[in-house]
Amino acid sequence: MDILVCVKQVPDTTEIKINYETNTLIREGVPSIVNPFDAYALEVAVRLKEKHGGTVTVLSMGPDQAKAALKECLSVGADKAYLLSDRAFGGSDTLATSYILASAIHSLGKFDLIMCGKQAIDGDTAQVGPEIAEHLDIPQVTYALDADVTEDGKVIVKKETETGYEMVETQIPALLTVVKTEFEPRMASVKAKIAANRKPIDVITSQDITIDLSRAGLKGSPTKVKKTYTPPMKGDSVVIKEETAKESVDKLISILDEKSII
Amino acid sequence: MFEEYKNLWVYIESSNGVAANVGLELLNPTRALADSVNEKLVAIVIDSKDTEALAQTAIKYGADEVIVVEGEEYASYSTDAYTNVLNVLAEKYKPSAIFIGATNRGRDLGPRLAARVKTGLTADCTSLAMDNGNIVWTRPAFGGNLMANILCPEHRPQLGTVRPGVFKKAEPDEHRVGNIIKEDITTPLEMIRTKIVDIVTTVSSDVPNIEEAEILVSGGAGVGGPEGYGVLKELALAMGGSIAASRAAVDAGWIDHAYQVGQTGKTVGPKIYIACGISGAIQHVAGMSSADVIIAINKDPEANIFKVADYGIVGDLFEVVPILTEEIKKRR
Repeated sequence: MDILVCVKQVPDTTEIKINYETNTLIREGVPSIVNPFDAYALEVAVRLKEKHGGTVTVLSMGPDQAKAALKECLSVGADKAYLLSDRAFGGSDTLATSYILASAIHSLGKFDLIMCGKQAIDGDTAQVGPEIAEHLDIPQVTYALDADVTEDGKVIVKKETETGYEMVETQIPALLTVVKTEFEPRMASVKAKIAANRKPIDVITSQDITIDLSRAGLKGSPTKVKKTYTPPMKGDSVVIKEETAKESVDKLISILDEKSII
Repeated sequence: MFEEYKNLWVYIESSNGVAANVGLELLNPTRALADSVNEKLVAIVIDSKDTEALAQTAIKYGADEVIVVEGEEYASYSTDAYTNVLNVLAEKYKPSAIFIGATNRGRDLGPRLAARVKTGLTADCTSLAMDNGNIVWTRPAFGGNLMANILCPEHRPQLGTVRPGVFKKAEPDEHRVGNIIKEDITTPLEMIRTKIVDIVTTVSSDVPNIEEAEILVSGGAGVGGPEGYGVLKELALAMGGSIAASRAAVDAGWIDHAYQVGQTGKTVGPKIYIACGISGAIQHVAGMSSADVIIAINKDPEANIFKVADYGIVGDLFEVVPILTEEIKKRR
């Protein structure tokens, strides 16, 4: 059972604040982490490996600093890590990113399962997983809570739905995107951290894989970001603070009345 | 450059012949976009039954034309069958843009279709506009901290998924007529590589659909525990609405996830949203900012929720809410 997990290093967006004076994101001091959904995907993969044997490979696309995220994956059960890094990949949108990742996966060998987090918490698109599946022409199951594989190569996926869950059957090779699971990803022991630090991380460039570079980077990206801005706030709120709660409520009611809101 | 690519398409998500709200919601903003470029608004219906009724519904809500694909293989959603249908239709008719609801299904289907068609997709949009024949797709990123306007200027069709609850349905026009085109597209069973073997419902059926509610009384960390929702329920009852919650309360285990409003919960658009003991984290605001009127009740005068609210009361929700409930009751 050979599994490949795609991981992304992301800023911890729960730590990001907005500077309302300049309407920009405050990114200083915001730590970089393994995308939480990817950590769930990795945990599902490692559990499958522990049950059925095999290997777990992690693959990330990003700058050199993303090695830190890959080391973290190695410390919690991944066996091998690859970093896809090339200037030609810069500025890729989801279609180009998924094409590059699919090209790399294809060049790395045969995998029974490809796993991704549901979405990255910085882009929040949830597109790269299904797009990789399409490029590789394999079935996909999104919103996976858990998965298992039978002797004859069937993949059984517990898929989250709006009202509960479904059990979905598919066959290997398949791609799963994983949501927040019912179990927490394991923590690395000190020993595992040291061992992970010593493990090499292979850096792959466009030279190492079969790829059509016209489909990568900015020029391979059909979507263009026209502008970004922080969400506007109303700024004309009427805030009531009278002596007593009763007086405050009375004032609110009279305003709501006047405006025919109630 | 794209003369042959015309018309805006909206995929009408449906199950067993019943339309989900999001497709009908989408017909409202896209109606105006289609008019602005003098193109047709076309609804796409894929189901195993009642497709004629679905098509008529789409016309009442604003579609000029409906393309209908009916078949047993479309009885339940599968990535492979639905991607096949939309891909075949898009190749034949060459739409300028395809709008899909950003439901679990839409966010499974959209990217698969985009990669097959080899075009750009913008996910989970909260606002739409037209600029020189290009759709301007606006979407939140960084957990709602940043908004981005995205274009797909050199590829057709343009693809986007749009978050449910952001747009409101138009008033249905019972007299509106439109053209219905039946397309015979079969997807061979061996092409469908996933199979649903069991469906389990865990959300209790008495949980109200907060996405549909006109009044929501929502509680966050300030509610203090599951019993704290009692006073909120009374206010919701008096106003004819439902309760809702922020992530803090759901994560604490005080209330079910089905009630959660925000980036990782539901997007709601009620007439009145009363936020009680909610600090107003940007992730929460992302799910409720399209409410017509936002009223905040919070002890902390510095809470971010007061920047978002139309009206606010600084005070303890356990004092303020019961008085408010009494006042509302007196008036009814």
